[in-house]
Amino acid sequence: MSGSDQGKGPDVLDAQDRARFEQLVLPHLDAAFNLARWILKSRAECEDVAQEAMLRAYRFFRGFHGGDARAWLLQIVRNTCYTWLEKNRPVELMTEFDEELHPQPSTSPEALAIAGDNRERLTRALETLPPRFREVLVLRELEGCSYKEIAAITAIPIGTVMSALARARQRLQSALTHSPQEASREL
Amino acid sequence: MSCDFTRTVLHGYLDGELDATGAAEFERHLESCRECTTALGAEESLRSSLQRSGLYEGAPVGLRKKIRAGLDAATAPPDAIRIPAWRWLAVAASILLVASVSWFAWLRPARDSAASAPFTAAEIIDAHVRSLQPGHLTDVASSDNQTVKPWFNGKLAFVPPVKDFADEGFSLVGGRLDVLGGQNVAALVYSRRKHFINVFVLPTREPDTPIHPPGLRQGYQWRHWRRQGMEYCAVSDVSDSDLYELAQLLYQ
Ligand SMILES: [Zn+2]
Repeated sequence: MSGSDQGKGPDVLDAQDRARFEQLVLPHLDAAFNLARWILKSRAECEDVAQEAMLRAYRFFRGFHGGDARAWLLQIVRNTCYTWLEKNRPVELMTEFDEELHPQPSTSPEALAIAGDNRERLTRALETLPPRFREVLVLRELEGCSYKEIAAITAIPIGTVMSALARARQRLQSALTHSPQEASREL
Repeated sequence: MSCDFTRTVLHGYLDGELDATGAAEFERHLESCRECTTALGAEESLRSSLQRSGLYEGAPVGLRKKIRAGLDAATAPPDAIRIPAWRWLAVAASILLVASVSWFAWLRPARDSAASAPFTAAEIIDAHVRSLQPGHLTDVASSDNQTVKPWFNGKLAFVPPVKDFADEGFSLVGGRLDVLGGQNVAALVYSRRKHFINVFVLPTREPDTPIHPPGLRQGYQWRHWRRQGMEYCAVSDVSDSDLYELAQLLYQ
């Protein structure tokens, strides 16, 4: 995966870059933090990783030629998160994204409404998903990204964003309707 | 129990990513497919749970500070010492040029679209959240506009209009200086049923606008408008109807 943040060496940045970065990129710090928090599942670590990603984005800022600054930044955040996971928690990256799931009977909206109406429970269910499922859900439902933006950030081909989301939602539904004991045993 | 659409097109429909033809086709399909109808209901319920449960986690204030320090450290300092005296004039001229260019850049978006404010949503919310930290809400705490208004004298290049609307359910709590988009602004604080509303005020050269439709982000709402040479932005976690009510009172 070669993001636009890679390739050429970092530049020496001046006050003008600093002002432009402050205006274009820094406003997306909350988005960066939220994505890192959900990929890494931990506030403590995501603070360091979000900071690292932000400084990394700054070093490569001259490679940003306008356009969607949020997607540009989130792509760097995501790459920084995965580098961190590979180094510190490689096991979490071992789930194949394309693994075939058995079709399940769909859950009734009422049952889901009850299961989903609980912040703790939703958080726990989201955290049982592999990071690649979790990130598309977070980008779509919490960050409001379009399929095009999700494709740019996660390097999934745009044609498969829809099915990636479908699988992620199915996973979340079954995590939510599992009994809590079962869910924690899987961890 | 095995409609293929349940795990494909249904999601594009849910996410508003189908084109008009695709969406119309799927709606026709929904009329005759119970499985998709049930699944769509479940997905909508799941979505609303995800969005209503406060799962979004914004960056802590301390992190923003640390990052700004890191950015400054990675920025080359202007090496003024090595500039010979005779070049100061040229430097001063170029600073003036930069200043006027950024002034222009600041105004530009406002000309392109009447709805745009000279600050971003993130900055407004940041400033609002910052003000809610203990001890940060007001520099002058008073419900008396005759106390709050003169307090701004000499602290800003303009004096914001200050009114109390306690009778209408919005009590003036006080005022403070704040910074939005690099500009010094006046912040007026109102309370509404124990919730605080920040109203940021700064001068503008742009013509009046109506009160723009609400913006929403991370559980905070804001309303923005321009009136008689002043730019206003009201932000809070109160409901939009409350916020709009205050905006209308201020607009009069
Ligand atoms: Zn169907």
